[in-house]
Amino acid sequence: MLIRLENDHFHLVEDRFAPVGEGEAIADTVAVILSLSRFQAEGEALLAAGRDVGVRMAPADRVEDLICDLPRLALVALDFPKYRDGRAYSSAVMLRETYGFDGEVRAVGDVLIDQAWNMVRCGFDAFETSVGPNAWAAAARRYRHVYQASADHRPPAFVERSQAARRLAAQEG
Amino acid sequence: MFQYDAIDAAMVADRNAEFRDQVSRRLSGELTEDQFKPLRLMNGLYLQLHSYMLRVAIPYGALSSAKMRALAHVARRWDRGYGHFTTRQNIQFHWIKLSDTPDVLDYLATAELHAIQTSGNCIRNTTSDPFAGAAAEEVDDPRVWSEVIRQWSTFHPEFTYLPRKFKIAVTASPRDRTAARAHDIGLVLRRNREGRLGFEVIVGGGMGRTPYIGATIREHLPAEHLLSYLTAILRVYNRFGRRDNLYKARIKILVASLGAAEFARLADEAWEAMDRPRADLPDVELARIRASFGLVDFRTLPPRSERFEAAKGDKAFARFARNNIVPHKVPGYGIVQVSLKGIGEVPGDCTADQMEALADLAERYGHGEIRVTHEQNLVLPHVALDDAPAVHAGLAAVGLATPNINLVSDMIACPGLDYCALANARAIPIAQAISETFADPDRAEQVGELKIKISGCINACGHHHVGHIGILGVDKKGEEYYQLTLGGSGAEDAAIGHVLGPALSADRVADAIDKLVDVYLAIRQPQERFLDTYRRTGVGPFKAAVYQDAHQA
Repeated sequence: MLIRLENDHFHLVEDRFAPVGEGEAIADTVAVILSLSRFQAEGEALLAAGRDVGVRMAPADRVEDLICDLPRLALVALDFPKYRDGRAYSSAVMLRETYGFDGEVRAVGDVLIDQAWNMVRCGFDAFETSVGPNAWAAAARRYRHVYQASADHRPPAFVERSQAARRLAAQEG
Repeated sequence: MFQYDAIDAAMVADRNAEFRDQVSRRLSGELTEDQFKPLRLMNGLYLQLHSYMLRVAIPYGALSSAKMRALAHVARRWDRGYGHFTTRQNIQFHWIKLSDTPDVLDYLATAELHAIQTSGNCIRNTTSDPFAGAAAEEVDDPRVWSEVIRQWSTFHPEFTYLPRKFKIAVTASPRDRTAARAHDIGLVLRRNREGRLGFEVIVGGGMGRTPYIGATIREHLPAEHLLSYLTAILRVYNRFGRRDNLYKARIKILVASLGAAEFARLADEAWEAMDRPRADLPDVELARIRASFGLVDFRTLPPRSERFEAAKGDKAFARFARNNIVPHKVPGYGIVQVSLKGIGEVPGDCTADQMEALADLAERYGHGEIRVTHEQNLVLPHVALDDAPAVHAGLAAVGLATPNINLVSDMIACPGLDYCALANARAIPIAQAISETFADPDRAEQVGELKIKISGCINACGHHHVGHIGILGVDKKGEEYYQLTLGGSGAEDAAIGHVLGPALSADRVADAIDKLVDVYLAIRQPQERFLDTYRRTGVGPFKAAVYQDAHQA
């Protein structure tokens, strides 16, 4: 199942991207997801042919290696081979914050409901998971407040506090 | 002291609801133990030899009387009437039922307590100076910065699944009571020549099987950039720290393999690339946190207390005053240290009755404040010297007046094989044997400052690497043996101890310590601590004394 986050809503979508496995031929579909090494070897030709291309990054792959191609990529899929491997969170934040990527950032692999809030806060907006969209949405929104700025641009506690203080001052003024 | 606002309370409530759900999914079998493990660990719940252990956070070691009473209640209602204060300034309850934990956490939340991030591969409780707000030499209150870090690190979305656990220490005094240089990040707050606050940033210290003293990568990071710079360090670590080998996953290994200079370059690069104004804490929030610690309502007192001096006619009080009370920044006050190292007792253990007595004493005589030290003792940071005799009497009534702070029997020991699934050897009986060997308080005072630290395995939870004398339990063909190290320090003169010689059997350890102390007493020069003498003479005379018999044999 693929859940997409769009305009604050989580909903199920048809996945139009075909993953290309190691050593497999590239499918005839319009949209494909390649590993970083396949993309580096064959991506240029596919893009030139007008195909939609996504890149699947292993945790150790460096997002820096995608910088030049980001504007042409439809999506970046970040893999969680084990859910305890947290490197993809930094990759997602960097894609969003450092490199301003506004395409899809998809979580793939061992994607559990307990990670929903981490992923959403780090800028993921698509999730390959067996969890249903309502449960996923509830888990992603479990925390009513957040303490730190991140890629989701939710106002951290310190911003909420200063806004509350300003409102109070305005009322009293 | 700092109090939660509605947002802080909501954070804890939301976490508790999440954890209650996770526990019920585990109990129903929807979650496997393997899936549940990282989740329960992030809520401080360990599966130990005999039962679950719940580790409750005591942020930067600061407790109020109300919080202490809540801990006493947990000890009595859900545990066996006691708790164990740890070297990370937290408290552990060793006999908790899994099905009770959601209720325990909800109860703790009523007293602004929780178990968030007390274990797991995330940013743990920040260590800070137990004398914060009381020490004359501090340049700022380190609790303010520790609270800044607490909030930033709580549920940090990017840094919840790090390669390994991550510990930060903050001190603002030249005297380091936090072991800052043995932390993943040590932060030493200072003022520069222009009077601006900044942090010396030390990275990559740690104990475990490969101990390191951390390297300084910034001499003076402007204090206002603390959070963005921490984010940069953590990002480098999260991305490049090793994940293939549990024992090589701490940041110290990354810093050592890259070199401190290269690590600093990567951190700076990440820092430059960041939207720093968005990551850093605005001044107004820093001011709010600073204000929320409030001011302690100290009285104006003469520096010399006649009542305090007169009470020294009592030998027991005089000894307590000499060893456990140190000067306060405010005239007429003292910092009272409460030893949890009673002779023959388990280091760090505290009964519910003792917790309640401490809560009462703190409320009556100590502005309601209690601190936990990383050496597993407690502190009443603000006691008027006039009240010190009454505090001493109150402590003595519950068996907490042991006058041995920094002395030989004031040891750190991990729970060891008596409780811990990882241990190779027992630690507590060794500590007990040593403290019985040095039960004579006159001799202990004659020996002076001597920090003995005992770990039951190579994970070094007992900080043996930085003990003036370190003791490491090892398994030799199914038997418990102990390796001694000398010359370590976790303080501002941080150093890793050196192995003395072949490991000793359990029954020889206390005797070996006795011999080491005899050598020290025989060769020390005026004013020299054990550590100073060792550093002057080297290992020679100490090694000879302990292994003399072996050579003869």
